[in-house]
Amino acid sequence: MEITGLLSYGVFFATLAGIYAVLALGLNVQWGHTGLFNIGVAAFFAIGAYASAIFTTAPSDMHMGGFGMPFLIGIVAAMVCSGVIALLVGLITLNLRSDYLAIATIGIAEIIRLFLKNEGWLTNGVRGIPGIPKPLSGVIEGADELLFLGVVLAAMLVVYLALERGYRSPWGRVLRAVRENEDATRAAGKNILSFRLQGFVLGSMIMGLGGALYAHFTTFISPEAFDPMFATFLVWVMLIAGGSGNNRGAILGAFVIWAVWSGTEILTGMLPETMVTQAGALRVLLIGVLLQVILLLRPQGILPEKAPEVRGGMDGDTEKARGAGRGPSE
Amino acid sequence: MIVIQDVVKYFSGHRAVDHCSFEIAEGSITGLIGPNGAGKTTLFNIIAGFLQPDAGKVFLRGRDVTGFPPHRLFHLGLMRTFQIPHVFGRMTVLENLMVVPAHQGGENLVVSWLAWGRVRDQEKAIREKAEKVLDFLEITHLRDELAGNLSGGQKKLLELGRTMMTEPDVILLDEPGAGVNRTLLGKLSADIQRLNREHGYTFCVIEHDMDLIARLCDPIVVMAQGKVMVEGTMDQIRRDPEVLDAYLGGATEPAAEAQP
Repeated sequence: MEITGLLSYGVFFATLAGIYAVLALGLNVQWGHTGLFNIGVAAFFAIGAYASAIFTTAPSDMHMGGFGMPFLIGIVAAMVCSGVIALLVGLITLNLRSDYLAIATIGIAEIIRLFLKNEGWLTNGVRGIPGIPKPLSGVIEGADELLFLGVVLAAMLVVYLALERGYRSPWGRVLRAVRENEDATRAAGKNILSFRLQGFVLGSMIMGLGGALYAHFTTFISPEAFDPMFATFLVWVMLIAGGSGNNRGAILGAFVIWAVWSGTEILTGMLPETMVTQAGALRVLLIGVLLQVILLLRPQGILPEKAPEVRGGMDGDTEKARGAGRGPSE
Repeated sequence: MIVIQDVVKYFSGHRAVDHCSFEIAEGSITGLIGPNGAGKTTLFNIIAGFLQPDAGKVFLRGRDVTGFPPHRLFHLGLMRTFQIPHVFGRMTVLENLMVVPAHQGGENLVVSWLAWGRVRDQEKAIREKAEKVLDFLEITHLRDELAGNLSGGQKKLLELGRTMMTEPDVILLDEPGAGVNRTLLGKLSADIQRLNREHGYTFCVIEHDMDLIARLCDPIVVMAQGKVMVEGTMDQIRRDPEVLDAYLGGATEPAAEAQP
């Protein structure tokens, strides 16, 4: 009994951490690679979740649809919806300087949250959407959760591999150049608005994918689930802790911070009834303090960004050159 | 090659460029000199599309390119460097160079996902080119260093290296000599001349080092207070009383440095 309980908790933990890892990877494209300060992660997470929910649930009077489509269609719909909205938002905001972009994304995230809350015809408002199907359920008796964990980890792996390739490609190099110096990138003939849009839209699509996975995992979503605390702030902490700019860092950060977050939940659960409420607030504080400590002691994160080595026939001189290059100043 | 026609630029009332007109002739190495705040860099920013002029026009090969964005001008054959070096700090020196070449198939994400082999071949060619440039600038040992760790002079060289990663028609160099040591400076000017003679690149150089200007440039345009004061060879300029007065030591009003 003890063992199966532990195991099922482990599966639950890993599934949510995997979903968070997908979100952190999406944010990594935007902030880590392109330098876009998006504080509206929750919005794209929510759009993905709702889109997939509406596409895959059975027909209902309470909200738009459902269209009873298969899981994969829901995933595609989630990514397309997040991507299209990101494109529209990006066209308006990406000409702004980074600090203004941050402010604009907070505003847009809030608008989207209120929209989902109030437009009952589409989303069933605060009552939320129940009965979101879980893929692969019933395929193996009693292994639904485990199979879904597999789906999440597979999605995470696909996103990771796609982003790694992107990062190491000339495309990723231009994104980083945009992050480092916009004027020099423009002087080098790159259309920076186009690259910023690409980074923003791709990152948002990945967040939408994370949202879809979340919806199918919990099988019920309501606007409360997309509180900025969980859906934006925690993702930022994960990325910064893990190592902004590093895809592996984003994944590691998601698992580590999710472990800290869930660990403190277990701890506060052991406290006497009267203290539980206060302890909940303390967990948020703890995460904030942890972020401060990381920023002070290891601002580059657990796994710092490493410039990708250039592919295509390295020669032996490289190591010598590296050695000689130790003293950068004249 | 480039014609600047009656260009005016205000910065909140202050007239940084004031009805400035001159021409950068094809195949020339045109020098642009003048006291601080004369509007040289502002004019560069206008030519390269980083600033919009309030009035006037810029022509590139007879085509009106006024208001074109910088990336478009790059593809029309114009490359520039910056007075304060702009490097990609958290990228290696090699990557800094490899960003530049145009028409990289791998800059399309889908191509990079699906045709990695082709991208890798292209990367190899670009890397080899970048290594030649590093070799030429004698900074091969800095290849894998992050550009943000370089000294000021090294960053200047790296910027110059970036212009060598393409085959532009015109290169605007904003104080290429600042912070670069003498030996290298000699090599640099020799190379500018070589690129000019053998490859037919046109240059326009802002520089305060009069030796470098004298060695390289013909004609020389002297700007002061946003206007062209004199244009001519070094000898003509040296004899011009106005220039002597305004630039080579005389009474000017203390013009504020007009940087955007």
